[in-house]
Amino acid sequence: MIWTTAAPAVTTAFLSSLVEAVEALTIVLAVASVRGWRPAALGALAGLALLLLIVVALGPLLNRVPLHALQLVIGVLLLLFGMRWLRKAILRAGGVIALHDEGIAFATETEELRDQARQQETRLDWLAGLASFKAVVLEGLEVVFIVIAVGAGRGLGGPGSLGALAACLVVAAFGFVIHRPLERVPENTLKFAVGIMLSAFGVFWTGEGLGVPWPGEDLAIVAIAALFLLIALAAVALTRPRVGAFP
Amino acid sequence: MSILVTASQALVGLFVDDGSLAVAILVIVLVSGILSIVMPDMPLVAGAMLLIGCLAVLFANVMKAAQE
Repeated sequence: MIWTTAAPAVTTAFLSSLVEAVEALTIVLAVASVRGWRPAALGALAGLALLLLIVVALGPLLNRVPLHALQLVIGVLLLLFGMRWLRKAILRAGGVIALHDEGIAFATETEELRDQARQQETRLDWLAGLASFKAVVLEGLEVVFIVIAVGAGRGLGGPGSLGALAACLVVAAFGFVIHRPLERVPENTLKFAVGIMLSAFGVFWTGEGLGVPWPGEDLAIVAIAALFLLIALAAVALTRPRVGAFP
Repeated sequence: MSILVTASQALVGLFVDDGSLAVAILVIVLVSGILSIVMPDMPLVAGAMLLIGCLAVLFANVMKAAQE
């Protein structure tokens, strides 16, 4: 295993999982605050079980795909996924669109569940568990994709999974202790960094899939990431005055 | 059923948020692929097209969104 590939892959998996786990935790906590821990925990566990099934089912399939084809497909998907994250993070950093607020997300989810409670009391445990399940599955799908994508081209699925698992455990531990959404996590900064890394991996894998011999081999990922960082910072600087967010 | 629809929408939403960005990325990949086929002796040209194209597409898309 080459550290120049492993370190960015593990870091990317860890940071992106941190962001997604925080978002999932907000919903699970909202469910727990309205209906108690039982449906929240059951829904979350069912979601985790489904994600595990997806990983177990997809893993062996990926091993059967020729490496260049896998790199090309994963690379293109990473480009679409990573540049979507990076675009949104740039626009948020520039003040063009509002920052994601876990406090507002928590309040919205709580209010929706209370509305449902007023309308259909008997089914509420089921609906609460479903909300928790959906949050874990939808946010977890992004984590699964990132871990598979950054690890697939070089057999780094194991280290990537460990990075993701570590992030989920950290967030779950914090959530369990403080029982509130983690509002102080610099979510957009994390998304900005992860967007840069995913885009860099996307360019690298797509190039590898097309047969491009990148100068410096795996070190090229760091250089590509540096270019994305440069362009992203320039875009943030240029968008700020345009919308008057930071006069 | 609704959870399946939500899951499908979420799956597409993972990769496509702004349609024009997604299309532009795919066009860059396609052009890079064509370059790698027609210029097999100079694969770095395709790599450069891919890298510079993606950077340019991102920058242009963000600037356009900021103006709107």
